Amino acid sequence: MKMENQFDAIVIGSGISGGWAAKELCEQGLKTLVLERGRDVRHIKDYPTMTMNPWDFEHRGRMTKAFYQENPLITKAAGYGEDTAHFFIKDADHPYVQEKPFDWIRGYQVGGKSLIWGRACQRWSDYEFKAPKKYGYGIEWPIGYNDVAPWYSHVEKFIGVCGNEDGIEAMPDGEFLPPFEMNCVEEHMQSTLKEHFPGRHLVQGRWAHLSEPEQVHLDQGRGKCQCRNLCMRGCPFGGYFSSNSSTLPWAEKTGNLTIRPFSVVHSILYDEASGKASGVKVIDTNTKEEMVYNARIIFVNASALNSNLILLNSKSERFPNGLGNDHDLLGRYVSFHNYRAGSGGAIKGFEDHYYYGSRPSECIIANYRNLKERDTDFVGGYTIFTGAYRNRAEEVPEDVPQLGADFKHRLSKPGDWRIYMYMQGETIPKPSNRVYLSGDKTDDWGIPLLVTDVGYDENDEKMVADFLEESQKMLEQMGCTDLYSYDSKQAPGLDIHEMGGVRMGKDPKTSLLNEFNQMHQCKNVFVTDGACMTSTGNQSPSILYMALTARAANYAAEQFKNNVL
Amino acid sequence: MERREALKLTATVLGGSIIGSQLFLSSCAAPPKKRSELIVDTDVPLLDEIGETILPDTDISPGAKAAHIGNFIQTMVNDCYDQEEAALFINGLETIEEQSIEAYGHGFVDLSKEQRLELLTKFDQEARQHKLLEKPHFFGMMKELTIWGYFTSKPGATQALRYNPVPGRYEGCIPYNGEKAWA
Repeated sequence: MKMENQFDAIVIGSGISGGWAAKELCEQGLKTLVLERGRDVRHIKDYPTMTMNPWDFEHRGRMTKAFYQENPLITKAAGYGEDTAHFFIKDADHPYVQEKPFDWIRGYQVGGKSLIWGRACQRWSDYEFKAPKKYGYGIEWPIGYNDVAPWYSHVEKFIGVCGNEDGIEAMPDGEFLPPFEMNCVEEHMQSTLKEHFPGRHLVQGRWAHLSEPEQVHLDQGRGKCQCRNLCMRGCPFGGYFSSNSSTLPWAEKTGNLTIRPFSVVHSILYDEASGKASGVKVIDTNTKEEMVYNARIIFVNASALNSNLILLNSKSERFPNGLGNDHDLLGRYVSFHNYRAGSGGAIKGFEDHYYYGSRPSECIIANYRNLKERDTDFVGGYTIFTGAYRNRAEEVPEDVPQLGADFKHRLSKPGDWRIYMYMQGETIPKPSNRVYLSGDKTDDWGIPLLVTDVGYDENDEKMVADFLEESQKMLEQMGCTDLYSYDSKQAPGLDIHEMGGVRMGKDPKTSLLNEFNQMHQCKNVFVTDGACMTSTGNQSPSILYMALTARAANYAAEQFKNNVL
Repeated sequence: MERREALKLTATVLGGSIIGSQLFLSSCAAPPKKRSELIVDTDVPLLDEIGETILPDTDISPGAKAAHIGNFIQTMVNDCYDQEEAALFINGLETIEEQSIEAYGHGFVDLSKEQRLELLTKFDQEARQHKLLEKPHFFGMMKELTIWGYFTSKPGATQALRYNPVPGRYEGCIPYNGEKAWA
């Protein structure tokens, strides 16, 4: 592949934040190269399973025993199966070293994990930005809610986020398309909380689905969500947002975009004379050929831990420990979301109600812990994802035949209504939770393997206990029977919300990025994926990455045009 | 990572709708299967008849045989079960044959519908006892594979259930008057 090697901007990674960097930079007129380590995935054309029926899958969605044995890590991922496996890596292809158990879930292709993301798009509240400093479990964010709010709006309007304006302090409203309806049990759950748990709000989550597309979505070639809930296969209707369906084709239309798949970034090259990065060293994953691409602006959007890896591996005389890392902060303060616990049960009294369609969204109980003041023995808050559903009957009563015609007819009917809840909890960033480069192990391209040394702490245990106790109380009040609860004790990482390592902050002595996600020590490098996070909050993070990326990209483009960068 | 995780966890916690035993989910390394530990094509007619006894053809919907349940079970046991589970399952097939001959003087496929139902009801009761003790039983596996395979097959999903691949919209709260479940 012969191509020129000078661009205005380089974006490393084509996932949810890389796609946004590409869109904004291209729209600002910058000739932009997007580097993607995986293969190309074109919207619709490369979604091989998108319209397959359950019976079209040889193993009806499951993987084979041999496959599970060869891929114990990636097969754990949420939504992994015969219908989506092609959008995830295989374990053997991409090793890393786990100092402590850490499930690092990756999707290496154009679009990255934006094809297989959870799609929840709640805004952070200002309380989340302020809490770490206020309660002493982190440094101060260099920005607050008001800095990001206009960029949330910018992103929401373009990607399409459906939701209700609920006026909840823990979960600010945004620019929403109409919400999906709640089902009748969820309405009951909502009113129970309202009546018996003041300050707790059960509402529809905010989701990146086109419930009612607007012109800007139609202009992207996307259409209305058809309520199939088969999103992670890739959507033929463009009903949910992904880089592939939205930002990348939009960037492409400007004529300013070049995407180079099969291009793993080895390192960012630092130029002593200018005190800036000059470009990136890339290895073609197929030919193993090395090449250098140069640009005046570099956006690092390789996914949180890979962005850490690239920066750690970007060694120069000036930065022997990795780009911008004068203080051994790079790779530290890695954090994640605590997804360990869930609860649920059955509920009677709604047998004459049902629903139509497969809703791709869930309800949320907005965080009610440590919001305005600290009210528990742990710090941080948690969001609860929740909902009610009614599957096909799985059992028949004890006193009727358990085989035969009547049995079949009973199993053909809807079963009990069931309610579930699971937590998404904030974790505390700390220096001991970190990633670093292996001293002796390298991958197929000669790049050092990443070592993960990330674990839970006592705060996480207390939060799990609180969620379990409170969720049981709420379920009981709702009238649930057959209550269950669990603490999966799953390893960090399986939340697929890993964050930090290259945190933002006001002070270059305690952080790597400034308020525009710009490296304090290397001004033309911007890190706007999960790696930039100063703390985790309790909301699903992707839309914040998108908002921060759009904000940083517009800032960078302005600096570019003013010849500052 | 949102909804699907919840459903997956829920399924696990609730005992799941997927193939029987907890053993099935274990990932201990197993040596390669020997030929004798696989379900072979000649087992398929027997599996079809077992499946048809569990979920028979009726006026309302086709039976498991119409869903080619024997082929489905063959694929799942051979590809997705580990050696121990497959052995338990295949021994179970032999047990069914042996007890069929012992009780009725014929192999299972030559029994009358009533005899088949009577024999499998006995195994089902055994399996239900095992389930309470959280022990895997071959008939629990057969039954769950049959149910899962049937309701995800074309005849099962489209005729025993209502299959709507493109609903187009979501209505949260509609009256329910005894209709079939959504596939």
